[in-house]
Amino acid sequence: MTASLVVEELVVAYGRVEALHGASLELPGGIVTVVGPNGAGKSSMLNAVMGLLPSRGRVWLDGEELSRLEPEARVARGLCLVAEKRELFTTMSVEDNLLLGAYQRHKKGEKGWRNSLDEIYGRFPRLRERRRQIAAVLSGGERQMLALGRALMGKPRVLLLDEPSLGLAPRVVRETFRIIADLRATGVAILLVEQNARAALQVADYGYVLETGSVVSSGPSGTLANDPRIIATYLGRRAGSKIE
Amino acid sequence: MTSDIILFLIQDGIANGAIYALLGLAIVLVFAVTRIIMVPQGIFISYAALSLSWLESNLVPPTAWLLLALGLLTAGIECWQARRRPRAMRAPLVKYVVLPAALLGLCWLLAPQDLPQMARMALALALVVPFGPIMYRLAFQPVAGASPLVLLLISVAVFIALTSLGLVIFGPEGVRTAPIATASFTLGVLDLSAQSLWVVGMTALLMVLLYLFFGRTIAGKALHATAVNRIGAKLVGIETNAAGGLAFTLAAAIGALSGILISPITTIYYDTGFLMGLKGFIAAIIGGLLSYPLTVISALVIGIIESFSSFSASLYKEVIVFSLILPVLLLRSLGRRDIGEDEQ
Ligand SMILES: Nc1ncnc2c1ncn2[C@@H]1O[C@H](COP(=O)(O)OP(=O)(O)OP(=O)(O)O)[C@@H](O)[C@H]1O
Ligand SMILES: [Mg+2]
Repeated sequence: MTASLVVEELVVAYGRVEALHGASLELPGGIVTVVGPNGAGKSSMLNAVMGLLPSRGRVWLDGEELSRLEPEARVARGLCLVAEKRELFTTMSVEDNLLLGAYQRHKKGEKGWRNSLDEIYGRFPRLRERRRQIAAVLSGGERQMLALGRALMGKPRVLLLDEPSLGLAPRVVRETFRIIADLRATGVAILLVEQNARAALQVADYGYVLETGSVVSSGPSGTLANDPRIIATYLGRRAGSKIE
Repeated sequence: MTSDIILFLIQDGIANGAIYALLGLAIVLVFAVTRIIMVPQGIFISYAALSLSWLESNLVPPTAWLLLALGLLTAGIECWQARRRPRAMRAPLVKYVVLPAALLGLCWLLAPQDLPQMARMALALALVVPFGPIMYRLAFQPVAGASPLVLLLISVAVFIALTSLGLVIFGPEGVRTAPIATASFTLGVLDLSAQSLWVVGMTALLMVLLYLFFGRTIAGKALHATAVNRIGAKLVGIETNAAGGLAFTLAAAIGALSGILISPITTIYYDTGFLMGLKGFIAAIIGGLLSYPLTVISALVIGIIESFSSFSASLYKEVIVFSLILPVLLLRSLGRRDIGEDEQ
């Protein structure tokens, strides 16, 4: 059974400025995407769901309320965020970064958490080649792989991805989306935040459009991708050319 | 200067240097995990040595009362923060009230007895180590993630508070405690006291343990990761507050152990720890606040220089040692690394 995440009326404010005005969404499993322009509040939403930012509203994971838990406790319950800034342990080796991704599994006394390394190296052979190097010297694409690999080491039930294609070359972007599509088969539920709306709507089952802190429309991704207004705003030449 | 004297001075310097090395290691450790410069590191030396001396005089050390008082304060804060969740109050009550009260009771029962020296040392350690996590919880955890400068200011404030408290509870007299071992060995022309061998041996052992802990265990790596990237650490589920508490516990244990090892060799006052801590700090700075081996080597060099300068120009011994730091700081600031910045 895949996990389900429910976000209810989430409000995030930086000082007096509200960045998110009560956004609600549901991730019943599979892949759900949130698209929207710069500054719409997408990162704020994911960070608040993870517990990194103070927020009002509620977050549920499989019927359990997480709203008052520290990020560490949310990780222990199967939530995992690949943050926009990646937040790698830059002075530590690639392998140490990956091993620490399984910290919670180690802490719970789970057997065989080390074996996941091979799985991750199988998925990202580049990381195996560079496993002794420190994370600081990786290229942008490799860092992104490492961030994703570290997240997968924790065997999360719900994965929150903040702009996984940010700053990557087109070929690497396609590769990234292929990996995301592959992950669906492992049963992890994915909440994908992207500016690359075209690619995001292609892999996702369902989508939400976030503008200036509010959800302005939502629907199955096929429907959204054919909505004239969305085509004009997000899938037009400008949006498409942005990443190329 | 005959070669005998030179050898003697080196031996003396290494024993002192080993203590500075221990303190330097603790300072590097705390900085690596929390970005806090541990100004009060020397406090643990004074508190441990003086507590041990109280026990030797069959008295209950005043640190037992101070610990209970600070524990009650901490528990009060924890319970206030958990006021809507009564179940969350149990752990802090055990940690900060039951444990210090039990230690006080134990001292009260055992102090009048004729205990073996090892038992007294264990008791003194048990009394002083909890000051580490309590210090972190009260002064630093509420501002975790603040800038290094703010953390440094708080660190200085904590140091002043604890030194003043030390004067109040222990008074101004200095103490010397009974040695662990009184034997001495002759090695060529050298008389080695068993006590200085203890000091050097314990330092070496602790270094190896720290190396294995940070290099080989997930718990050690998690502690280090917290220092490198606090948000990243949270994202993989490391309890970053617990990491800070753990670092302070280790630092307190290292400091208290140093105090117990050195007090048979040197007279300890309520503020002696400060000068020793400062020398440990210089070693830590030379080690760039990040290299454990470099810290230890510098500490040994400082110990030896100090021992030679106290022989030939004892009035200027501290001046000579502390002027050492100037050229080193200059070289460091010309070097490539910026310490204190988050490497992100
Ligand atoms: N730390 C902060 N302090 C103050 N305001 C902030 C902070 N972080 C974000 N904001 C503001 O909150 C709003 C939402 O930002 P957020 O980063 O969530 O947007 P986003 O949708 O992720 O944008 P992008 O596509 O550029 O990543 C923006 O107006 C931004 O300026
Ligand atoms: Mg963003």
